[in-house]
Amino acid sequence: MKKILSVLFISVLSACASKTPQPSADVEDRSAGARTGMETPRSGEGEPSLNPLTDPNNILSRRSVYFDFDSYVVKDEYKSLVVAHAQYLRDNSNAKAMVQGNTDERGSREYNLALGQRRSDAVKYVMTLSGARESQVESVSLGEEKPRATGHDEASWAENRRADIRYQGDY
Amino acid sequence: MQICLRRFPGYIFVLLLSVISAPLHAALDIEIFGGGAAQIPIAIVPFAAEERLSQSITPVVSADLQRSGLFRLVDPGGLRPHEPIEVSFPDWMNRGASALVIGSTTALPGGQVAVRVRLMDVAKQAELAVYAETVPAEQLRAAAHRIADLIYEKLTGDVGVFSTRIAYVVKQGKKYSLQVADADGFNAQPVIEYTEPIISPTWSPDGSRLAYVSFENKKPVVYVQTLATRARKAVANFRGSNSAPAWSPDGKKLAVVLSLMGGSQIFLVNADGSGLQRLSQSAGIDTEPSFSPDGQSIIFTSDRGGSPQIYRMAVTGRASGTAERLTFEGSYNVSPHYSPDGKSFVFVHRNGDRFNVATQDLATRQVQLLTNSQFDESPSFAPNGKIILYASEVRGRGILSAVSSDGKTRQQLSTQAGDIREPAWGPLRRLQ
Repeated sequence: MKKILSVLFISVLSACASKTPQPSADVEDRSAGARTGMETPRSGEGEPSLNPLTDPNNILSRRSVYFDFDSYVVKDEYKSLVVAHAQYLRDNSNAKAMVQGNTDERGSREYNLALGQRRSDAVKYVMTLSGARESQVESVSLGEEKPRATGHDEASWAENRRADIRYQGDY
Repeated sequence: MQICLRRFPGYIFVLLLSVISAPLHAALDIEIFGGGAAQIPIAIVPFAAEERLSQSITPVVSADLQRSGLFRLVDPGGLRPHEPIEVSFPDWMNRGASALVIGSTTALPGGQVAVRVRLMDVAKQAELAVYAETVPAEQLRAAAHRIADLIYEKLTGDVGVFSTRIAYVVKQGKKYSLQVADADGFNAQPVIEYTEPIISPTWSPDGSRLAYVSFENKKPVVYVQTLATRARKAVANFRGSNSAPAWSPDGKKLAVVLSLMGGSQIFLVNADGSGLQRLSQSAGIDTEPSFSPDGQSIIFTSDRGGSPQIYRMAVTGRASGTAERLTFEGSYNVSPHYSPDGKSFVFVHRNGDRFNVATQDLATRQVQLLTNSQFDESPSFAPNGKIILYASEVRGRGILSAVSSDGKTRQQLSTQAGDIREPAWGPLRRLQ
């Protein structure tokens, strides 16, 4: 079922891609990612929209992978999300993604930058194992510099221990 | 942990020395906290005719010396000698001064000012230094810093750093501004401003350029910017993350941290961005390099042993996985910087849930904890090795702090609005 759906999405998307080199300008990835980040994995059903990357009913609209404290292991609950993006890249050879790793605010900024890099590298690794080509995914780190949650408490820190998958045009 | 009282022993002072009220145009407010350093009692007599200038000199000199924590200002009362012949040494002995500064200013045609200064040893009733220069009126603060440097050098035997500059990042709302200011916080000038983060500024050894990390391209990229021309160039903009620049002592190369070949590893690159060469080779994180003053080795943070600790490796022509672990106390020691004499390094040590500034002697391995606040970051030495500048936090706001390298005197620099962070002390200014 999933496979059929993704094939359907791809045909829609490639029609888009032929019109413009970049996804439409009104892509709202950040809010979509933020909104869906904490939800349980979706079933994937729903009407195909113009862009599977931003259709809230599509798993591809979910972009955030959360990590445990001091960890860069991609947890099982995020594997299907990461694999879905890998397959999207596999099926759209012109698409390119950037994975941005983040950390909480505690400790050295530069060391945190390196820890965030580990998180984005881990996500990229799963993606390349699942069909994305190495050249399609750039893993980078924002360290503690771009916190999504700005509080100084455990809830905020947990929200910021995260890697985000972004596509050209939405970062 | 030993305090070295080499000169002028016996003047043990106070918790709160003073709060200097900075003039309105100061970008930074400075507070000083002293704690028992040996202090030289010095009387500074207002210079003849300086009240008629656009900028009086002696308040700047006094503030500089007091900020160092090594001096105690003695009130001259009603005494106003400007020439040696007018000095009555017993009067100054009675006031408890061991050093005396007198001088005069003369406004010349064309906006020039002639400044003459004499530093006297009260006990020996002798002249220690004479200094004279003619400067444009708008450079009177700079002249005052040079005078403070001279006094500091004559009385402590160490080089003064009052004529140096500092760089730091101010975050205000969504705006990040990399700024350069005089060491006393005056004359703050923005170098570059963005709505994306800027971190890790560091001065070239000659003080003409800054290297820093900007996120303007949605990922960290290392830039070098020339201060005089504002020209900037991305010197490390490789695939992945680029960060943690450190200048080699000759100013020709930068150590940078790249994720280009996987993980975070230390590379060397020429200051124009050419000649990339791998330096470290480990399966872990290697970051935050700092060159030894002789350029022969770097110290850096690595988690190759399981927790982040500080290591040292030789800088040779090829990549190496060999490094000597330097820190062993605690599970989190990061952000090392060599002292200017290469004999010790400053770093951040996690102490329970606190992050504090510490120094470690390279020969004896002895560690000295210098601060006890909650979140201290990014320490670096003043070019004379006597003061350590670092980022701290007060009531959730980023401030700059400085602590004497013996841990006895602290000062705080803050802005009226916004967070101030990522400080870096510039090099000594070359004499023109």
